[in-house]
Amino acid sequence: MLKLNKNIAISDTGYVFDPSIGESYTLNPIGLEIVELLKANKTDNEIKSIILERYDVDDATFERYYIDFTGMLKNYQLAKDE
Amino acid sequence: MEKLKFERPFIKKITTGLPAKFGMKNRIEVVNNIDGLPVEELMNDYGSPVFVISERTLRQTISEARLAFSTRYPLVQFAWSYKTNYLDAVCRVFHQEGSWAEVVSIFEYKKALQNGVPGAQIIFNGPDKSAEDLELAINNNSLIHIDHFDELYMLAELSKKTQKKSKVAIRVNMDTGIYPQWDRFGFNYENGEAWEALNRILLNQHLDLVGLHTHIGTYITSPSAYRTAASKLANLVVEIRNKYNHAIQYIDMGGGFASQNTLRGSYLQGYDAAPSFDEYADAISSALINSAIRPDSLPLLILETGRALVDNAGYLLTSVLANKRLADGRRATIIDAGVNILFTSFWYDHTISPTRFDNDHTEETTIYGPLCMNIDCIRPAIVLPLLKKGDRLVVQRVGAYNMTQWLQFITMRPNIVLIDTHGKTHLIRKGETVETIKQQEQLPKHLE
Ligand SMILES: Cc1ncc(COP(=O)(O)O)c(C=O)c1O
Repeated sequence: MLKLNKNIAISDTGYVFDPSIGESYTLNPIGLEIVELLKANKTDNEIKSIILERYDVDDATFERYYIDFTGMLKNYQLAKDE
Repeated sequence: MEKLKFERPFIKKITTGLPAKFGMKNRIEVVNNIDGLPVEELMNDYGSPVFVISERTLRQTISEARLAFSTRYPLVQFAWSYKTNYLDAVCRVFHQEGSWAEVVSIFEYKKALQNGVPGAQIIFNGPDKSAEDLELAINNNSLIHIDHFDELYMLAELSKKTQKKSKVAIRVNMDTGIYPQWDRFGFNYENGEAWEALNRILLNQHLDLVGLHTHIGTYITSPSAYRTAASKLANLVVEIRNKYNHAIQYIDMGGGFASQNTLRGSYLQGYDAAPSFDEYADAISSALINSAIRPDSLPLLILETGRALVDNAGYLLTSVLANKRLADGRRATIIDAGVNILFTSFWYDHTISPTRFDNDHTEETTIYGPLCMNIDCIRPAIVLPLLKKGDRLVVQRVGAYNMTQWLQFITMRPNIVLIDTHGKTHLIRKGETVETIKQQEQLPKHLE
């Protein structure tokens, strides 16, 4: 399961700060929503069903972009698989 | 409850201070129509990818160029450089605007004739003219620009045989202070070769020396190089007058003006780096007017401007096929147009515009074509809105050289559409089909 790093700060406008390396990031609204869900310890499947419920998107499309997005979170070392 | 519009989730690192390796931040310009016609509609009607040419822009650009020169010099003639874009529809727009034809092969020569250009208004350049080609050109009174001594002698012999004087000029190459110096074509000025060729022509009763030609290179951003070139040709005009009392009828300055595209790796954007027609016109006209040529015998000034006249009028409309991540996390976007149809992406950082930009989020990406090859990279680095499969992109300023240098590699070349000045579309080159390509092939019996 993908785990968000504990110490990162996330504002409700989508601004992310990683104090361990001093880098900051910005999220778009749906990116922020997903990060909030990860922070709340939702699993990939839970996140998927929440998003599919709210947004006009099909399963396969979402999955593709979700994998890409979480790949970037891992790449920036903001999250890791546990 | 109605569902929210989906956008792909996205995170971007915030960088402050120095510009990233992606260069200075560019404003993202949305292009959702061409001459008022929606991009989406054009692509629905003509497919993806598709080249679109604006007749309005073609006519506006040649008018601007004409105005810049004709307000500074009494006798000006443009000759359309066929190699830059030899679609008949494009050539005919330029011919309607008064341009002669400048060709570099018998293929282009015949195209010009078929476009109704009188033989005497075709300039025949290039190192590859066969005896047969030359005979045709002599008989049509075309302006033959001699490239090398072998051609000079062949032409003299043919003129003698046909009992018809050829109208000739020589192509002169020279040092104009720019690098690289194009010394492969024509006769060199500095080492006296040009003067030697001129003497042989003037002493030959079968050859009629009517002009002097140079083409100093392409995408020349310094007008002063043209000033130098025009002065050197003017010197030759005066020396010929002094020695032979022979008047040169025209000076042909070739092409080479920069278009507003950005050269790859250039710090400045093309529209900042490219001089205006006025600046080129100023350099050339003042060099001629201030030369020792007598004012009552100023030669006609011919210009073979190519890319600066047609680049702006061409667009390539393309679709996003896929998004990818490269191993190091960088974004890559694959579109349905490759370097085979966008040859100029090897040296330009083309402006690629989205057709919409719904929110403020952008990301850096690399744009690849669909060919299965490493070299198929359209833009190594560009900032664009978040793209999804099926999104449309508009590559701007692609009118020069792409529709002549394109390769039929792996796939087939797409439709080309002209938007006329009334906003009506015309298919001016049909997209190729498998049959188009197969038509040229033949199977040996034993493989049937
Ligand atoms: C002889 C000659 N004239 C004109 C041109 C057109 O040049 P440009 O497109 O740079 O204006 C060329 C292009 O290479 C050329 O070789």
